[in-house]
Amino acid sequence: MKHRNLFWLQLAFTLLVCAFLIVPVVLSVLAGVTENFFIGLRSGLTLRWIGEVWSLYAETIYLSLLIAVACLAVTLVIGVPAAYVLARKEGRIARVIEEIIVLPVAVPGLAIALALIIVYGGFRDFRTSWAFILVGHVLYTLPFMVRSVLAVLSIINFRELEEGAASLGATFWQRFFTVVLPNAKPGILAGSLMVLTLSVGEFNLTWMLHTPMTKTLPVGLADSYASMRLEIASAYTLVFFIMIVPLLVAMQWLSRDRRARTVAQEQPLPTSRTFSQ
Amino acid sequence: MDRRDYPQLIIMILPAAIVFTAFFLVPMARLVIVGGSGEEHWAAYASIITKPRHLESMVATLALSIGVTVAALTVATVSGLFLVRNRFPGREILLSMLTFPLAFPGVVIGFLVIMLAGRQGLIGEVSKLLSGDKIVFAYSMAGLFTGYLYFSIPRVILTIMAAAEKLDPALEEAARSLGASPWRVVRDVILPALKPGLIASGAICFATSMGAFGTAFTLATNIDVLPMTIYTEFTLGVNLAGAASLSIILGLVTWAALFIARSLSGATVSASG
Repeated sequence: MKHRNLFWLQLAFTLLVCAFLIVPVVLSVLAGVTENFFIGLRSGLTLRWIGEVWSLYAETIYLSLLIAVACLAVTLVIGVPAAYVLARKEGRIARVIEEIIVLPVAVPGLAIALALIIVYGGFRDFRTSWAFILVGHVLYTLPFMVRSVLAVLSIINFRELEEGAASLGATFWQRFFTVVLPNAKPGILAGSLMVLTLSVGEFNLTWMLHTPMTKTLPVGLADSYASMRLEIASAYTLVFFIMIVPLLVAMQWLSRDRRARTVAQEQPLPTSRTFSQ
Repeated sequence: MDRRDYPQLIIMILPAAIVFTAFFLVPMARLVIVGGSGEEHWAAYASIITKPRHLESMVATLALSIGVTVAALTVATVSGLFLVRNRFPGREILLSMLTFPLAFPGVVIGFLVIMLAGRQGLIGEVSKLLSGDKIVFAYSMAGLFTGYLYFSIPRVILTIMAAAEKLDPALEEAARSLGASPWRVVRDVILPALKPGLIASGAICFATSMGAFGTAFTLATNIDVLPMTIYTEFTLGVNLAGAASLSIILGLVTWAALFIARSLSGATVSASG
């Protein structure tokens, strides 16, 4: 009997926590499609605010997508090979490099942005282009790509596979593209989702690095929270949710899938553990 | 095959190394130097203790981060243990709800706190209906705490659940059969076993809270957390050296928290694994 009580008590507590996390999201979504939030749902549902967000902020949405895709391209091209090298090199130097590569996640975005502005702020064309924001996003997301690929490479025995290919006469590059990359695919996929999600939502760095001509979605959000009516801010937030939720669902689905396959894997992937706020 | 591959391996790590050196290592080194090149020279690094405004900001940020970490760990342990031990319909949905807000940026979370406890927020409306008094706390320390707790719970709960899944129920049975009270079972059996997970996720939670900027920015409270102080020094105060030295100190604190936790929990994790 006492056991049952404990069950219901814990369930109630957990439901309360869920409510704390979900209710504000529901409120914000509702506010975005309500004619007048102050009056409530009685005032009717509308897509007017979404339309207004589109006319005010469409460019921030395009720019965020552009930067996210560019960031993914860069982290794939430079991050995946780097992860492979780190996976092959045991020993202290490789571990030190690994530690250094993860630093941009441990150091607050504000500090990194300040450092970038101090060194490169003088190059006007660079400073005012979206490439400046891209640099920040690449630094911040690269660790996630590297760690994600590294995690997969460390559980499969890719060296053995490679040696097999080498004994059949495969060159280094043939081995990398036809043996290593296909085997690292789950890690690359998880890392890619992570990079896109992080880039689309990045604010701390971006707020410091942006210019009036290069506003991303989260920058626009901060702007609308400060200066727009609640309904527009909510509709804009709703647009952001619509962009980010498919990525999150894919990520949850992928990690569950992986958990099912490698049951007792000691270290969970670095996915989704360290988001800066 | 190993040595012959060296040239190719170097080619492969070179792009990442160049990008990283040019855009992270060199700028961070400059930041350290700039921090010591203001009017106060290297004493700027001591301003966190000597300047009352900076000290106040540091103490407030530390208190907030520690408080949020303790609260998040408590909440996540209760709910995490519950979800690991019980199977019931709807469990998966609860789990998804608890981890879903993981990727919300700080600005959005600030806005969600406003929806909850702001001037037009839910708590205000409900409390007005119930008691006639409108409770609004989004723009105070309580609002910051709410926001930080919001982004901390999802990131803590996964780690704790992973640790709880490895708990051996037989140990608890044994303790109970030897006459231990439920509280003693929690204190002497469950918590020690969860310790590595608690340390690891607590450090992540603490470091994130210390460096959080977006939430505080949206809520625009009059309490200056350290990242807001850095931001105002940089934009309003035009005090580049001050902003630089403060961000280096902040970076050291967050990095150290993560590093210490990793070395503390890492050893135990591999030992228990």
